[in-house]
Amino acid sequence: MTADSNGLHVDVWRGSGTEGRFERFLVPMQESQTILDVVAWIQQYADPTLSYRYACRVGMCGSCAMMVNGVPRWTCRTHIKKVIKDNAITIAPLRNLPVIKDLAADMDPFFDKWVAAGGVHHPTRDRNDEIEKLSPATPERIETDTGIECINCSVCYAACDTVSSNVDFLGPAALQRAWTLYLDPKDADPGVILEAVSGRGGCHNCHSQGSCTLHCPNGLNPMKAIAGLKRATVSSFFKGGR
Amino acid sequence: MIRPHRSHPLWIAYLLHRLSGLGLALFLPVHFYVLAFALNQPERLDAFLRFADDPLVKVAEFGLVFLLAVHVFGGLRLLALEFLPWSPRQKTMAASAVAAAFLVAGTFFLQAV
Repeated sequence: MTADSNGLHVDVWRGSGTEGRFERFLVPMQESQTILDVVAWIQQYADPTLSYRYACRVGMCGSCAMMVNGVPRWTCRTHIKKVIKDNAITIAPLRNLPVIKDLAADMDPFFDKWVAAGGVHHPTRDRNDEIEKLSPATPERIETDTGIECINCSVCYAACDTVSSNVDFLGPAALQRAWTLYLDPKDADPGVILEAVSGRGGCHNCHSQGSCTLHCPNGLNPMKAIAGLKRATVSSFFKGGR
Repeated sequence: MIRPHRSHPLWIAYLLHRLSGLGLALFLPVHFYVLAFALNQPERLDAFLRFADDPLVKVAEFGLVFLLAVHVFGGLRLLALEFLPWSPRQKTMAASAVAAAFLVAGTFFLQAV
């Protein structure tokens, strides 16, 4: 397969750390072609040194998110037809994260903030106890269900302007995780979560710009989760808590 | 030029809220400074009020009321959004807030001219 004049003009970010520039490739168009297909074609047929990250190719693993024409997207589920402009596409590594090389962003700050936001379970029972039965019909559980399908792709984190202006901000995904754990009746200490999300980088930094919710590929609503944490921290404060 | 990831109504609502807030923050010190003339320099206040009758100043006042309306409705929108459990219709609410702000400012403008 060779590139021809009918191909796509693809500008791909090349470089590592803060250094880099866009490099143009001519990629043949195919039926049902995704952005990840385009990147893979470049790596396989034009420049084997191109670095990028992917795993499942079906929108489950959250590995392949990149900036496509300035918008964060899961590239394996983004058809080029949806984003192509004047036969050209620009592909860059995710915003708000350090670049390892080319299209591969360093996800460490993103995952570190999941832990910092109290995103670990605080158990009430151990393995010898009976499993606690929960009704799926409680309002808390119904609300939790709207936030647990996160695939950790960091699209919301890349879309968020508060993250780019405040390095301490925990970000939409980590705060949404904290919200679902806060609502979990099996969590032993929701106060610890409120403490974690109400500090310098906490939920009150959010300006409700809504880019996280708009761009989330799984249709989740982190802005709603963050608003929930804001309400929970405010009501905890007025009840004399922390 | 608004960057692609920001081109949606909620971000524009944020931008309007921030710009109107900054505009009002610049206006308020001047406002209080002029009001203080009533206490210690009434003749300067009268001179200012005559200046304020100028049609150009009236147009500027329209801008001021517009900023105020945008900021009030934007603030109500944020309070509703963050302190009431809200639905995906929020985008519609944001657009409605902007539309209502236009309506109030427009009504004032029509009465002023």
